[in-house]
Amino acid sequence: MTPKIVFDNVTRRFDLKGGSFLALDRFSLDVADGEFVTVVGPSGCGKSTALNIAAGLLKASSGEVTVDGKPVEGPGPERGMIFQQYALFPWLSVRDNVEFGLRIKGEPPARRREIAERFIDLVGLGQFADALPKTLSGGMKQRCAIARAYAVDPVILLMDEPFGALDALTRVQLQDQLLETWSRERRTVMFITHDVDEAVYLANRVVVMAAGPGRLQEIIEVDLPYPRTEEIRLSPEFTAIRNRVWHAVYHQQPAQSHG
Amino acid sequence: MSAASAKPRTASSGKADRGPAMDFASLGLNIAGVAAGVAIWWALTGSGVVGLPRPPEVLARFIELLGNGQLLRDTAASLARVLTGFLLGVLLAIPVGFAMGWYKVARALVEPYLQFFRMIPPLAIIPLAIVTMGIEETPKIFVIFLASFLASVVATYQGVISVDRTMINAARVLGAKDFTIFRRVVVPASTPFILVGVRIGLGSAWATVVAAELIAAQSGLGYRMQQAQLYYDLPTIFVSLFAIGILGLAMDRMLQAVERRLTIWQERI
Repeated sequence: MTPKIVFDNVTRRFDLKGGSFLALDRFSLDVADGEFVTVVGPSGCGKSTALNIAAGLLKASSGEVTVDGKPVEGPGPERGMIFQQYALFPWLSVRDNVEFGLRIKGEPPARRREIAERFIDLVGLGQFADALPKTLSGGMKQRCAIARAYAVDPVILLMDEPFGALDALTRVQLQDQLLETWSRERRTVMFITHDVDEAVYLANRVVVMAAGPGRLQEIIEVDLPYPRTEEIRLSPEFTAIRNRVWHAVYHQQPAQSHG
Repeated sequence: MSAASAKPRTASSGKADRGPAMDFASLGLNIAGVAAGVAIWWALTGSGVVGLPRPPEVLARFIELLGNGQLLRDTAASLARVLTGFLLGVLLAIPVGFAMGWYKVARALVEPYLQFFRMIPPLAIIPLAIVTMGIEETPKIFVIFLASFLASVVATYQGVISVDRTMINAARVLGAKDFTIFRRVVVPASTPFILVGVRIGLGSAWATVVAAELIAAQSGLGYRMQQAQLYYDLPTIFVSLFAIGILGLAMDRMLQAVERRLTIWQERI
């Protein structure tokens, strides 16, 4: 089976005043269709850079990302993205936020409403469809953003530390909800986090990255069954994988080659 | 136009969220404060310590000027100038501000002029305006136009450049192209800034018209005060000053109400 997302030797430099900074160095990764991949690593490891390049919000300095075999040229609705800061449009209600992408797609009003309704219900915001974002909690805002991303029917979902700003309890709830949605919709997800537990709990595979320059460190398979439950989270198997990931993240060797 | 109102996210809304009880309490205090002010004015002028007109004299003159229509004529003349100049200024400021915020080239072209003219008090343009545009309405309206344009354009421009990048990216990944982003994200996101600019613009327009009429006019509240000064007619000066203050306040309150209406979605602190 051909992979859904392919990072092929993706390199990104940023020009700074005193020279250039290598944010991502020859990063290669294949993500299979329907797979849930989490990316974890210290700050400066280039994980957000990689995601932004896949989203088309950043250009690669060299190498390329392909989705379904097509090179990424710019942002597009087939690649949905969720941001840590929610990025809802505060002047629009939950419903209008979810309909935003559908409106751009040119869906007729009745169809827009129907699709939006479905995804608002899916994330459990049915009662708040007409509420403005300012009246929602952080967790509800992020659920709204997830519904907005799903509504345009993306083939892949790129998530940039989506639960990073939430409290621990809300985070666990949203993780379960996300997994539930994912197992129902089976969309390929690439999920960035700096939380090792979260990375292991969600993923088929955990991609560990290293900093200075940002690069791939190790890929760790998570052979735990879905649905993931509290028992799994507390199981020795989970702990073992978590420890491996933890070790890979926090005991990294400095880069051997150029930097 | 307080300096605090330059921050749309925090200003002007403090009491809106605190419920009616708080509003009544502060309204009561407002009235008490005004009553105390009038009482002190009355006490000072009544005892003859200060050679200013007493409240009853000013009230009598107010009724007289209102009765013979002069106050309304003067007010209408001043308001007409302010509104014409202000509307022209704001109507030009919003597109120019947007262009400056959106296109680097436009910003680079316009910015030196903007910064330069901002440093010149609009009133300092009056002599030039009179010489080149005559003594009719045109120079006054032009000066007001300039004052409100300069105040609003900076706010609009600031609003556009401070639109959250993440929000624009969110629109782009949902498939929005430049024009859609501009219309559906940049315009609504910068509305609070624009409205603050419009309020500041109206304030400076109002301040400018009175001064312009003091220098060169045949009608208007400023002109009336200037005439009254020649005859040492203090009650008329007082009536005009009150009219200017109250009208300015009323216009600002109206804009504030519009602002609250249009920016109801904002998270207030």
